[in-house]
Amino acid sequence: MTSQLFFQYLFAGITYGSIYAIVAIGFNIIYNTTGIINFAQGEFVMLGGMIAISLHTLLPLPLAIGLSVIITMIIGALIEIIFIRWLKNPSVLRMIIITIGLSILIREAALHIWGEGVRSLPYFNGNEISTLRILGTNISPQVLWVIGVCSVIVALLSLFFKFTSLGQEMRACAANRLAATLCGISTKNMVTFSFMLSAGIGALAGCVVSPITYTQYDGGTPLAIKGFTVAVLGGLGNSMAAVIAGILLGIIESFSVSIVPLAFQDAISIALLLTILFVRPHGLFGSKEAAGLKEF
Amino acid sequence: MKRFFLSTVTLLALWAMANFFAMPTAAQAKTIKVGAILAETGGASFLGGPESRTISMLVDKINAAGGVNGDTIELIVKDSASSPEKAISFAKQLIEEDKVLAILGPSTSGETMAIKQICEDSKTILLSCAAAEVIVNPVARYVFKTPQKDSDAAKKIFMEMNKMGIAKIAVLADNTGFGKAGKEQLEAIAPEFHIQIVAAEVYDKAATDLSAVIAKISANKDVQAVVNWSIVPAQAILAKNIRQAGWNVPIFQSHGFGNIKYVEAAGVAAEGIIFPAGRLLVADTLPADNPQKKVLVQYRDEYEAKFKEPASTFGGHGYDAIMILVEAIKKAGSTDPEKVRNAIENLHGFVGTGGIFNFSPADHNGLDIDSFAMLTVKDGKFALYNK
Repeated sequence: MTSQLFFQYLFAGITYGSIYAIVAIGFNIIYNTTGIINFAQGEFVMLGGMIAISLHTLLPLPLAIGLSVIITMIIGALIEIIFIRWLKNPSVLRMIIITIGLSILIREAALHIWGEGVRSLPYFNGNEISTLRILGTNISPQVLWVIGVCSVIVALLSLFFKFTSLGQEMRACAANRLAATLCGISTKNMVTFSFMLSAGIGALAGCVVSPITYTQYDGGTPLAIKGFTVAVLGGLGNSMAAVIAGILLGIIESFSVSIVPLAFQDAISIALLLTILFVRPHGLFGSKEAAGLKEF
Repeated sequence: MKRFFLSTVTLLALWAMANFFAMPTAAQAKTIKVGAILAETGGASFLGGPESRTISMLVDKINAAGGVNGDTIELIVKDSASSPEKAISFAKQLIEEDKVLAILGPSTSGETMAIKQICEDSKTILLSCAAAEVIVNPVARYVFKTPQKDSDAAKKIFMEMNKMGIAKIAVLADNTGFGKAGKEQLEAIAPEFHIQIVAAEVYDKAATDLSAVIAKISANKDVQAVVNWSIVPAQAILAKNIRQAGWNVPIFQSHGFGNIKYVEAAGVAAEGIIFPAGRLLVADTLPADNPQKKVLVQYRDEYEAKFKEPASTFGGHGYDAIMILVEAIKKAGSTDPEKVRNAIENLHGFVGTGGIFNFSPADHNGLDIDSFAMLTVKDGKFALYNK
């Protein structure tokens, strides 16, 4: 393999990986505060992209994205308030079924609003064929946007969870809900916040990946599956680990193409997920003890 | 008592008979039930959506103008969600419960093959909107299809390559029924045109980025052109990834590319893509003496005015299906399934959106290779390709 080809595969892998990672982070936030997996996360990604595309016909791009993130956050909050907030000690299984139901609901609503066609935001810089030359290969500037946004989100999130009181309250809620309640933290509000936050991050992800992957009413589910794989691979709840795991999975997938036919690409990532679930269920970077304390 | 009983029975029998004979006259303006199984949602929704909208629009228009032979059409549309299993259960429902005269659709080849035998057994006319050649080859008595043949699309592409002096190509296809059938046709027909397929890859229909496989194929210095056979959005992604890799290779696509939304999605990366398609997409640029021009312009204008979206060749397949059925009912002067079937089979010179249909007992598609034109993308619009 020539060095040029090597870097082409590497960059392709980083492209996949950063898309997976940015979706995986959304899973982790809700998991961190509620201990559940929100299977409607992929739909937040789709909604973010769709709303931004609709708004972009009227507004400039940055404003459309900003507003789309806010609208999706409000939708996330409403969903939590209407469907989840009033449940008393819901079991993990019940929450899974509710979020799967919600994902179907959002998808069908999107089908009625936006129709079945593919749409996409314009490239943030340049156009469909503009590329940057790095190490003898070409890479789309949008990939750098995805990687950049992904890193900024991870950095801001870790600061948010460490240093702001809201972030600390959300972590407390995740660690021990009863104790958090006794300390005067409204655990219900924290869950709402976590839905808002992950909806917002999902929407932002949907906007930055839209020029690469396109946005379609049912495009959220495949992204969510890969995002979930990455979240599990890295260790649920750890956003930094999700980024590393995402890029790892992306690189494995892209280099696998050089050896086996492309059709096996997904088989490889699913095989990897199964292997991790059997061998290291707490993920590559997760701690076994911490995972043992969780319900799910 | 016995006599009284007998006379009652006779009377009743007479009354029943009178009713029986009166029926045709009483129900002079009857309704013709036509079923449609279309993928309005799901993976093939970009086919089923325009097809369903087109057929509903045309049925409303025909009924408003007085129907067919004075009868109104009652259209029953079922959304198969692109699933062959659903297509089967809807086909049974339409045939057994609704007792339809004909079924329009399904949108995809997989769904059509799933219900082909059901329609054949129940003697229900099927006018498929799907492309694969197996639908009408071997011929089934009651099964017809409106889109052009896969093999003609492949031949048209290879003929163009011969002109351009391209001999070694890479083939990419999605993993839908359309992609698989197309890849098989390309591989089977290539030797006839002295073209060698040096690389072939299949990608997932939900693929979101194909830069890795482009890296693999572009490393093969023999490849002079890429042929992609797909009906999913990935065909726009593929074009982008090829150009982003700085690879300036001629890109050929299948007739599945005939939707302006894919051109919009691929943006400047779509420029110069060459593909075979029906003439609907370039209706305006056709010479005035083209026999299809009037039909194409009228359909496109009506569709675009009503639905505020660009017309696609897929909607055109729906147009052809319903219009062929209506024409056959008119010709047969009856709604007897057997007579209508014979009328379709004897339909000659019918001008549709896909081409000029000439059906025969041996050809239930009725279109030849001339129904395809080679198109390209110029300044974000479809244009006739000629070099």
